[in-house]
Amino acid sequence: MLSVDRVDVAIDSKRILEDVSLHVADGEIVAILGPSGSGKSTLLRAIAGLVDLADGDVRWDGQTIVGTPPHRRYFGLMFQGYALFPHMTVAGNVGFGLRMGRADDIDRRVSEALSWVGLDGFGPRQIDSLSGGEQQRVALARTLAPEPRLVMLDEPLGALDRNLRQQLVTDTRAVLEDREVTAIVVTHDREEAVALSDRLALMRGGTIVQTGRLEEILETPADDWVENFIS
Amino acid sequence: MRRLRWGWVAVAAIPMVFIGYFFVYPLVRILGLGLSELSIGASGVEERLFRVGWFTVWQAVVSTILTFLAAAPLTWAVSTFQFRGRRVAMALATVPFVMPTIVVGAAFVALGFDESVVAILAAHVFFNVAVVVRTVSTLWSRIDPRILDAGRVLGASNWQVFRTLTLPLLRPALAAAASIVFLFTFTSFGVVLILGGFQYATLEVEIYRQAVDLFDLPLAATLAVVQLVGVSGALYWYSRYQERTAVAWTLERGTNLRRPRGRAKWGVATAVIGSLGLLAIPLGVLVGRSLSASFYRDLFSDDRVIGTPIASVGNSLLFAIIAMVLATSIGVLAATVITERSGSLSRWFDLTLMLPLGTSAVTIGFGFMVALDWPVDLRGSYWLVPIAHALVAIPFVVRSTVPTLRSVPAETREAAAVLGASPFRVWREVDLPLITRAGLIGAGFAFVISLGEFGATSFIARPNTATIPTMIFRLLGQPGASSLGMAMALSVVLAALTAGVVLTIDRARFGELGSF
Repeated sequence: MLSVDRVDVAIDSKRILEDVSLHVADGEIVAILGPSGSGKSTLLRAIAGLVDLADGDVRWDGQTIVGTPPHRRYFGLMFQGYALFPHMTVAGNVGFGLRMGRADDIDRRVSEALSWVGLDGFGPRQIDSLSGGEQQRVALARTLAPEPRLVMLDEPLGALDRNLRQQLVTDTRAVLEDREVTAIVVTHDREEAVALSDRLALMRGGTIVQTGRLEEILETPADDWVENFIS
Repeated sequence: MRRLRWGWVAVAAIPMVFIGYFFVYPLVRILGLGLSELSIGASGVEERLFRVGWFTVWQAVVSTILTFLAAAPLTWAVSTFQFRGRRVAMALATVPFVMPTIVVGAAFVALGFDESVVAILAAHVFFNVAVVVRTVSTLWSRIDPRILDAGRVLGASNWQVFRTLTLPLLRPALAAAASIVFLFTFTSFGVVLILGGFQYATLEVEIYRQAVDLFDLPLAATLAVVQLVGVSGALYWYSRYQERTAVAWTLERGTNLRRPRGRAKWGVATAVIGSLGLLAIPLGVLVGRSLSASFYRDLFSDDRVIGTPIASVGNSLLFAIIAMVLATSIGVLAATVITERSGSLSRWFDLTLMLPLGTSAVTIGFGFMVALDWPVDLRGSYWLVPIAHALVAIPFVVRSTVPTLRSVPAETREAAAVLGASPFRVWREVDLPLITRAGLIGAGFAFVISLGEFGATSFIARPNTATIPTMIFRLLGQPGASSLGMAMALSVVLAALTAGVVLTIDRARFGELGSF
């Protein structure tokens, strides 16, 4: 279980996150929903350990992980725009985390991960030969392959066109549920957030303004902004 | 239509004839001499050839490796971090690279290095560090940082991120830098001539020895052919390699520098101050020692060599002006030809113009010595020196004007033509204003190149018209502390002149990065 507790983050002395708290139970999928520039990506980066906290605590199962470097947190983060390694094949990308963790049976686990996302046999392909939708699936497979204890997806469908998005929202949700992962999904799209998650966290101006299921938020919105944003 | 074509031929003919007669024809004569009167088989020649060839290759390989090691800390610092003085640090690191090789040689003599391999390697590293820092950091600072973050989240430690992601992504820049440093050190002349003594010689130096000291022209020609084969081989490998590794990189448009914090701050400070401190030593000692007695005054009075040493400054400036005018006018004409016609002919022309860059200055000087007795004997002519300098400089002028000309959309010219402008008027109204600035930068380059040119000049400069570099070389060859002192003083004069012109060019370019 992940606990983010009153976290502040500043980058180049500009405050990006302010007093952010968030809890994600094991097996739960939470969507962080908010307009661009509200600090969603920075929150994921803070949980992953890619940015330092100015204040507050991040805990996993009650133990603080603030001093732990990103490569020892065993979290997965799928980046906006995917950040695939252009000099490696699909298999090279998907197997990267397994190689870093010195896993056994890497080849088998890579093809397994590719089959989760419906890309059987894509292993030897070059990254620049893939379509946008295929790249999204490779990035997802790369994130899931090492079986991280927490999966974070940053605008997982942001770069794709409308038709493809609807298809991939369903597929992505199915993969996450099949793997029974604990996950945080960041998006600025309300429908996507609802389709992908169990629970929403609304973010604005570097802080989380309300959390809960869609019906709960619609019923008792915290303020006017929430009411406007969500409906 | 017909008139246009004849005007065209006239424009193309000038650079064609110039390059043809002063570069291609001498090269053909060298090839003829080197291959027909092959002196291989004479006793001891083969062994000497093998020894020189082997030394040339291994010192170039070792110099390249050492340069990368020496450049690594500074490259890391300027590629990863934004800090106060970053641009200044880059500029200071580039100073050794723009210095004439004769100045580098003199600086290492001033340091107290004596004819040894260590001196040669140290001077090569000193000269080439900037190539690695600038070439590699241009790419490194643009790598998408999310790719590296992705690696870290997937469990890669800092070292693993560097080894499995950063380094492979940098491969094109590393190959480019390695090729450039290898070529520079493979064809190294001034540094090896001064610091190698009689014991160590690269092919370049050996060509000079055989041709000028021993007057064995056939052997020198054979060496020049070997040298050409080596250089072409390296260039061929490099272009093939670039083709194979051409990957569509997802590069950021801007740079991705971050502010150093915590331990990184100390790392950056150590890397920058340490590297610049080491780079400052040779030139610092050169300046210091040149000031230790009345060496600068001696430059005006001492007459043991032919003419006073200071007279070489006047010669050099005059030659540089002539070379600059020649190289700029021919280079701009050539750039016009290259950009206005696409197709295989213009590509071939482009390649021919670049050839002097690929061959060496020594080959150009040697070619003049061998070939320019036909149709009239030009070999004693005053004009040979500035012409040789112009040949060396033309590729740089072409390279700095072609991109500007290519940036003019075809419609602009067509619009001018439809409005009634003749081809010449189109050129004058559209192209000329645009290339003036690029041309001026090219002219600046030509001027600096001429000032420091030593390889070709050493073959053709006459005793009474010595340039600054040939005068320094002569002074270094004379016994006595006073000659050495004057050599150092004259080196400082040359270094100051060079730095002054380069600084002016750099300001004109508003700090944009040129390609080497």
